[in-house]
Amino acid sequence: MRSRTTTPIVVAAASLVLLTGCSTGTSQANSTSTSTGSITVFAAASLQQTFTTLGRDYERAHPGTTVTFSFAGSSDLVTQIQNGAPADVFASADEPNMRKLTDAHLIDGSAEPFATNSLQIAVAPGNPERIHDLGDLTAPGLQVVTCAAPVPCGAATQEVEQAAGVTLRPVSEEQSVTDVLGKVESGQADAGLVYVTDVRGAGGKVDGVAFDAARRAVNTDPIGVVHGSANADLARSFSAYVRSEDGQKVLAAAGFGAP
Amino acid sequence: MRIPWWLPVPAVLGGLFVVVPVLAMVGRVQWGSFAALVTSPASLTALGLSLGTAAAATGIAFVLGLPLAVVFSRVRSRWVGVARAVVLLPLVLPPVVGGLALLAAFGRLGPLGGFLDAHGVRIAFTTAAVVVAQTFVAMPFLVTSVEGALRSSGDRYERVAATLGAGPTRVLLTVTLPRALPGIASGLVLCFARALGEFGATLTFAGSLQGVTRTLPLEIYLQREVDPDTAIALALVLVVVAVVVIGATSVRSGLRPVTT
Repeated sequence: MRSRTTTPIVVAAASLVLLTGCSTGTSQANSTSTSTGSITVFAAASLQQTFTTLGRDYERAHPGTTVTFSFAGSSDLVTQIQNGAPADVFASADEPNMRKLTDAHLIDGSAEPFATNSLQIAVAPGNPERIHDLGDLTAPGLQVVTCAAPVPCGAATQEVEQAAGVTLRPVSEEQSVTDVLGKVESGQADAGLVYVTDVRGAGGKVDGVAFDAARRAVNTDPIGVVHGSANADLARSFSAYVRSEDGQKVLAAAGFGAP
Repeated sequence: MRIPWWLPVPAVLGGLFVVVPVLAMVGRVQWGSFAALVTSPASLTALGLSLGTAAAATGIAFVLGLPLAVVFSRVRSRWVGVARAVVLLPLVLPPVVGGLALLAAFGRLGPLGGFLDAHGVRIAFTTAAVVVAQTFVAMPFLVTSVEGALRSSGDRYERVAATLGAGPTRVLLTVTLPRALPGIASGLVLCFARALGEFGATLTFAGSLQGVTRTLPLEIYLQREVDPDTAIALALVLVVVAVVVIGATSVRSGLRPVTT
């Protein structure tokens, strides 16, 4: 099984954080009560746009802090953290991936939900194939793309299929939701099941079609402070910011639902 | 030649650099469940698809790449240099970029894809798309290998054959190509091995569906999400296949130093 050989990396990261913390910390020590320094946030790929904005806003509100991000698929990030990657905060696109870390006691305290997301049908702009519900995707000749069952968006796809009593015959089961979106954006596929936020983020290159069964598979995004964080105070402060009113505004603008 | 006394040190380090990670991966294989993991229907389907598509891609690369190699090695023109640089581009291009390029050409909205679509031929999301992606990334390996062999064999025998009255086609088939056979063989092997490992272009261009487009590397990538043990077991299968394929030729030809 995996062994955790975190010590050298954590020590290196800690000393780095301490160094930067000292150099920037003195001038800002009296401005706010929260800590200064830098943290690294591991966040799901689907959070890239919103968390980049959140990080910039947080840095502006808390001078002397630096928030850097590593975006990848949630399960990739979990594997990296299990193998000792120097993450301070982990924001997952789903609960099962976060559970892998909480079960292994790699998250301090508990992980807290900060947003929800649900599926929409992504279609070409103007909806040329006139797709209005999940059932329309079974039309013969229609090239439909979904996520593969093992990835979070694929699990959600199976749930909505069951809820709606529809069996899709996708021409491709992609590894990630961005791959599904890409196939629709490029015109390779006529339709694909992606998250509401992906449609919003595509900026007009696809249209989104909402459907009833999507409510039966609402995905919750949790956030938590990684155990052994060299700057746990700042990590907690950032996590709290994501869940604060200001943070929720940014998430809502991107199409995320409230937790 | 005698090699300097110190040379084996970095050479051994270089060897370890490749061997250690592979051995470390083998160390993670769960042998108890290995047989069950690699003989699951999804695994066998992916393996079969991989072998079939890689063989098809190698065949196409042979038909299209061999003439290219002959032209590159025998035609003297500065345009050949330009053409070579372009044709060998997939060697240095990230495969995902190759996938995007193929999508632009053969995709439904691309010029070739649109033409084919209008005539009822749809490449997107079919096994043919996998073969196209593999051929695109693997053919340069065959071209460089064969071109190198043709260059080092020189054209003396060809000129002699021509003075004895043999036409260009006869010279090509009876003199040029037989003399380049080892290079052609190793080119075919490299091409097959590269096609077998193709991932990025396939994922971008062909998609991923069991039995149709999900080759072994894609299956490994997907299994890694939920079942690292299966991913490791399948990775070992791919390593073994690659070692067998490469070993089959390099053991025979590698025993004697390269001479020109």
